[in-house]
Amino acid sequence: MPETPGEPVLNIAIFAAFVVLTLFITFRASRNNASAADYYAAGRSFTGTQNGTAIAGDYLSAASFLGIAGAIAVNGYDGFLYSIGFLVAWLVALLLVAELLRNTGRFTMADVLSFRMRQGPVRMAAATSTLVVSIFYLLAQMAGAGGLVSLLLGVSGAFAEGLVVFVVGALMIAYVLIGGMRGTTWVQIVKATLLIIGAVVMTVLVLAEFNFNPSSLLGSAAEAGSELEPGAQYGLTGTSKLDFVSLALALVFGTAGLPHVLMRFYTVPTSKDARKSVVWAIWLIGGFYLLSLVLGYGAGALVGPETILASPGGVNSAAPLLAYELGGTILLGVISAVAFATILAVVAGLTITASASFAHDIYATVHKKGARTETSERDEVRVARITAVVIGAISIVLGILVLRAGINIAFLVALAFAIAASANLPTILYTLFWKRFTTQGAVWSIYGGLIICVGLIIFSPVVSGAPVNAATGVSPSLFKTVDFHWFPLNNPGLVSIPAAFLLGYLGSILSKEKPNEAKYAELEVRSLTGAGAEAATQH
Amino acid sequence: MAQLTRREISQQDYERVQSSTEFRELRKRFRAFAFPMTVVFLVWYLLYVLMSAYATDFMSNKVIGNINVGLIFGLLQFVSTFLITALYVRHSNKNTDPIADELRAQLEGDATSGRLEKGAKNA
Repeated sequence: MPETPGEPVLNIAIFAAFVVLTLFITFRASRNNASAADYYAAGRSFTGTQNGTAIAGDYLSAASFLGIAGAIAVNGYDGFLYSIGFLVAWLVALLLVAELLRNTGRFTMADVLSFRMRQGPVRMAAATSTLVVSIFYLLAQMAGAGGLVSLLLGVSGAFAEGLVVFVVGALMIAYVLIGGMRGTTWVQIVKATLLIIGAVVMTVLVLAEFNFNPSSLLGSAAEAGSELEPGAQYGLTGTSKLDFVSLALALVFGTAGLPHVLMRFYTVPTSKDARKSVVWAIWLIGGFYLLSLVLGYGAGALVGPETILASPGGVNSAAPLLAYELGGTILLGVISAVAFATILAVVAGLTITASASFAHDIYATVHKKGARTETSERDEVRVARITAVVIGAISIVLGILVLRAGINIAFLVALAFAIAASANLPTILYTLFWKRFTTQGAVWSIYGGLIICVGLIIFSPVVSGAPVNAATGVSPSLFKTVDFHWFPLNNPGLVSIPAAFLLGYLGSILSKEKPNEAKYAELEVRSLTGAGAEAATQH
Repeated sequence: MAQLTRREISQQDYERVQSSTEFRELRKRFRAFAFPMTVVFLVWYLLYVLMSAYATDFMSNKVIGNINVGLIFGLLQFVSTFLITALYVRHSNKNTDPIADELRAQLEGDATSGRLEKGAKNA
């Protein structure tokens, strides 16, 4: 196999076609973007099925497609955990969060978290954690884009990779500025459809290679070195087993705390549509992960873990390499364009969430002058658009910096999940279900969870001091020459999630402030009945 | 631009509904499904995770061809997720939606007409 499979010109042409198509859709969708409800929540006019497909589009990020297939191909069974954790996590969102959140909030996660608290401090805390989670998630996507392109175009120079990240960043700003939430949602729907079709085609081709016998696929994968038994990646020592449990907790509690997923529930007219969205998303996401199991072991069997690790894109290039093996340059070009589309759509979704949170929760709260009017909303949307450009610029710079570290992007995303599970989920659950929860409890839990989680990541082997990987010959740490780690686990969830729950509890029972019972009554009644919920806008 | 035709529902309305028997029943039915089911799927998931980490020999037993216990256990997590999703939808449609709809209509109706019937509708 050549260093750079495929035809760079063909790859770029397929990719350009997708960009033109989605920009066209975005322009068409942008005509009704005047009010805040239009810009942030697409006028609450999507159906449950449309929004469910868009949720799948948001959720099946580069991490799910490239990262999970790569993790299964290289680490075998241990990579399977990602898909199971990512899927089971949706039950938390379905049973406990989605509908209640849709009924009580307007645009952002902070709307619900600050509902029965003192607005200023809780909004500020929730917006801060929204920004941190979104930027971590963005970095993972940017690293994915860089890895993919270095594989496709055979470029590995800092300038060329930087240029790619710049193009991704510029396009994502364009989608968000032009299309708002409506345009971004349509991009997600198109992308989810393409991604699922691509995965189905590849799965059928893989199974055909093995006469549709899963057992012989697994047998070949095992021969090539993709482990069928648990423990290849995490089973070596007591610490790595704990790391596996920690990762599992972060995955299952993270989804329902991801701000860009939560914000999607506001794009439908009622809580029943929010429920329908999640149900549809669960079927699509679950189905996709079943396919990714075949793709991962297929890449292991047909390409081989060693070839994958030695390729320019490293572990994240398993799916594109498998496409080349199955269908030559054409399929490689198509699958790569789909993967690229995935990255573009997800970064657009993240950017709109982060910019909405800044404009709606920080800017509008600081500049609060009396009641909300149409003028103040227009002003807020203007700030959101400016913020989108700033966040785009920040993620371009940071994306270029992390791009060359060679970390599995599913793993990077898992860190974003750990932060969401620690900083956001405890406060969401306490707010919805615990009467005695107070402002102090919310602030302690959000900032405490955030600081503990990010702090433990900084002092973990992810950032420094991980031993050299035998297969790639380099340390997987971000900083390879220094070692200041003292926390043994790669994923901090095992410590930071319980700590954030505990802080929320302690902050509440130790606070002098009485919980606001009248607001809790309103929250409880609204969340369960849908009375007084924001309705769809009519044009 | 759309005009909000609905009037604001007052704080007293919310507190009145919160203490009504219908709402308590709604909350009870919601929690009676969501809370135990959350415990069930979390325990089931953690069992899978812990066995994958600490019972690797058992999980590596082959059942059919190269398909081992761990893989089947993992696939069962998919099955249980789909099953719980379907059960929740059925529960909501049958047990909670009717009460929620009625309370919502009552609240929003009250607010638009400005009546307050002190929760004595069915008494």
